Amino acid sequence: MSDNVRLSSLSTFPRLLKHHAQVRPNHPATREKDLGIWQTWTWSQVAEEVRAMACGLAELGFKRGDNLAIIGDNRPRLYWAMYAAQCLGGVPVPLYQDAVAAEMVFVLQDAGIKFAIVEDQEQVDKLLENMSQCPDLQHILYDDPRGLRHYNQAFLHGLDEVQEMGRIHNRNHPEFLDGEIELGKSDDVAVMLYTSGTTGKPKGVCQTHGAFIAAAQSGCEFDRLGPDDNILSYLPMAWVGDHLFSFAQAAYAGFTINCPESGDTVMTDMREIGPSYYFAPPRVFENLLTQVMIRMEDAGALKRNMFHYFMGVARRCGAEILDGKPVSGTDRLLYALGNLLVYGPLRNVLGMSRIRVAYTAGAAIGPDLFRFYRSIGVNLKQLYGATETCAAVCLQPDGQIKFDTVGPPAPGVEVKIDDSGEVLVRGAVMLKEYYKRPDATAESIDAQGYFHTGDAGFFDEDGHLKIIDRAKDVGKLASGAMFAPNYIENKLKFFSHIKEAVAFGDRKDEVCAFINIDMGAVGNWAERRNIAYSGYTDLAQKTEVYELIRECVEQANAELAHDAMLSDSQVHRFLILHKELDPDDDELTRTRKVRRGFIAEKYGVLIDALYSGKASQFIETEVKFEDGRKGKVSADLRIMEAKTFPSQAAKKAA
Amino acid sequence: MSEGRQIGEVILDLKNISLRFGGVKALTDISFDVREHEVRAIIGPNGAGKSSMLNVINGVYRPQEGDIVFRGKHHRDMNTYEAAKAGIARTFQNIALFKGMTVLDNIMTGRNLKMKSNFLLDALYWGPAQREEIAHRRKVEEIIDFLEIQHIRKTPVARLPYGLQKRVELGRALAAEPSILLLDEPMAGMNVEEKQDMCRFILDVNDQLGTTIVLIEHDMGVVMDISDRVVVLDYGKKIADGTPDEVRANQDVIDAYLGVAH
Repeated sequence: MSDNVRLSSLSTFPRLLKHHAQVRPNHPATREKDLGIWQTWTWSQVAEEVRAMACGLAELGFKRGDNLAIIGDNRPRLYWAMYAAQCLGGVPVPLYQDAVAAEMVFVLQDAGIKFAIVEDQEQVDKLLENMSQCPDLQHILYDDPRGLRHYNQAFLHGLDEVQEMGRIHNRNHPEFLDGEIELGKSDDVAVMLYTSGTTGKPKGVCQTHGAFIAAAQSGCEFDRLGPDDNILSYLPMAWVGDHLFSFAQAAYAGFTINCPESGDTVMTDMREIGPSYYFAPPRVFENLLTQVMIRMEDAGALKRNMFHYFMGVARRCGAEILDGKPVSGTDRLLYALGNLLVYGPLRNVLGMSRIRVAYTAGAAIGPDLFRFYRSIGVNLKQLYGATETCAAVCLQPDGQIKFDTVGPPAPGVEVKIDDSGEVLVRGAVMLKEYYKRPDATAESIDAQGYFHTGDAGFFDEDGHLKIIDRAKDVGKLASGAMFAPNYIENKLKFFSHIKEAVAFGDRKDEVCAFINIDMGAVGNWAERRNIAYSGYTDLAQKTEVYELIRECVEQANAELAHDAMLSDSQVHRFLILHKELDPDDDELTRTRKVRRGFIAEKYGVLIDALYSGKASQFIETEVKFEDGRKGKVSADLRIMEAKTFPSQAAKKAA
Repeated sequence: MSEGRQIGEVILDLKNISLRFGGVKALTDISFDVREHEVRAIIGPNGAGKSSMLNVINGVYRPQEGDIVFRGKHHRDMNTYEAAKAGIARTFQNIALFKGMTVLDNIMTGRNLKMKSNFLLDALYWGPAQREEIAHRRKVEEIIDFLEIQHIRKTPVARLPYGLQKRVELGRALAAEPSILLLDEPMAGMNVEEKQDMCRFILDVNDQLGTTIVLIEHDMGVVMDISDRVVVLDYGKKIADGTPDEVRANQDVIDAYLGVAH
């Protein structure tokens, strides 16, 4: 990038925005599909929109140090609202848009929110419902006026009107906003992201402009991202990953963010845009693969055989070719043919034809899943980080990809493993503090300035970091062998028929597991076998489905038997849960990580049944719908034994 | 819910309608009216004559007796083309979409009456024809956005689940920009969630587009929730007419729905 030097001298996001508006005024900055057509805003237009929004906010009384809640799907104006708040020295606080009203209250109270910018009527309703619990909340601004015509509360404002107000304000005080931007400093807090709350109440992580710009800079230089790159912005704005990729890096490198038409159209929109840079948690890659596999099973014999043959070729040499490693001439030829017939069209269907760099993070990715994408020529890499470290601790460099590590530390980041095996991080990307929580800040940042990630891991011989599990989740079996539940769960979850798994075994003799089947994959499988079912609960308890899952569990056991450290962690008994684990029932976090402790408590009776060797157990569970109503699901769950294998490592030694 | 919506004058007045098929009396001496911007429900047990009533309104059936006053004009009977031109659109109890066509194309057919350019220009896709198509497409896209069906825009209708097909049918009716929308059991065969969605869309149409809605529905809960006034038919006769609360308390209605002890 030619303007590197100048870029790094720009110390806040509003300054970066002004820079792009001057250097590349007509370059697309933001796109959104609206009424079936992609609408584009250039950098200079975005700067104008932000100016109007910021001045409008100022007119309403938004001041330096105020927090601005941002709630909604990925909409251009919600991204611009972040700049607008920052221009005025305020702090944007994006919230998860699918959170139920009660969950939002905590963050609104904790952050002392006075101003909220929300997407639509749904979010306005959620806030109105809780106004009484948020006495600080003074103004609600909405993006989409649909359905809000008859809301006549004085504190409700359409963004259009606010921006109009701002334009007038700007005409009267043209110096005002630039003056405000000039007051911004690199170590001001740029954004507050709430942790997903796997552990206790969510905490507000305060990140400075400096930290996020450092993270963006290191990522952009690492992968040579420039203004001509395109990214699809479809992940929750409250997630650190989206903030890094769709906001910080886009603001740094000046590339284009593309907002999908709606949550349901992401696949189509992705094909239309053809992003060059892509980011998704493993779950998304998994869903895509499951969909491909289901469709291939339904395809004609010729296509199916061709697919399986060439996927075999890709498994053998695809990833090596991508890494530039030596591969035999025949394989190269076959791969080229496969690229023409299978991989190319497949990448096109997935919208990945133009992808130069794709990242996954947020959870461990199954090695086979990871290998699949690399083998069809998608340069998928892993990164490791947390909300507290701007998501950027380790990145995998091109050509040095390993399936089970997250790569060496990113430039400018220092990583250390402490005696207990916990990963510690120090560098520019670290959080300033937890909002109003000096106790938590003191707890996670030690005297030497290291941030304690809470992840257990180690460096391999090449200096790549390998993450095993959350440090506090790693336990011991009664025999003293290590028990890493996440590792086992990930092994199980890689099977397309298994959507979620929860493993238990800490201080027990053996490992048992709960399974959630994947409704799409198993439903399709059942239909092809003429197995009739009425819904999830019914399908989950079919004998045939249990047999199917047993095969998966046993295959995972066979793989675990190969690992000396983990061969004792084979799953002895399992059951298929009668309902899908759901964030609305607090069983998963909003980023869909299992809350093991909560689940163990809620389904204690099932765990007892697993360990007492019963053949079945009755259970009734309350479920919550998105609007807060409640219902009940009950079932008689069967418990099945799975075959375990003698440790292969031990055998070799003998 | 809808403080801003002003219920206006009577725009459709049906007087003493009787309809016979040979010896079968489908409707006997039925009178009721529809006011502008209201949600008017027709309910009744199976075979009560609800669908026949709708068919009389939009001119599919010709009643033997009675008078229809639509926007002050007297009609002995309506004619389908006239009805459509006058701004009456409808959906059907059994979905009547073009199964092999995409959602977009299906809704586009609803614009039929609004298209003005001639066959030759259309065939060449030239000049005014092209401009007109773009304008219509925009209108259709607004409907797609309104009904939140962007993700199935290019999907052939036959591949969609039932609930979505119903929504597409509503979309096609809306494409005609009707002043009165007749909905024949818009929620039949839907699950709870689909019903809730449909209710919301019907209320949105009524509220935001100001469309007058006449709907037939079996699900009493739905009817009572969203209607301003309800007319109850039984065996082709009107047995009650009034607000949901009045109708709910009416002894004849209770008898018709729950049966009478003999």
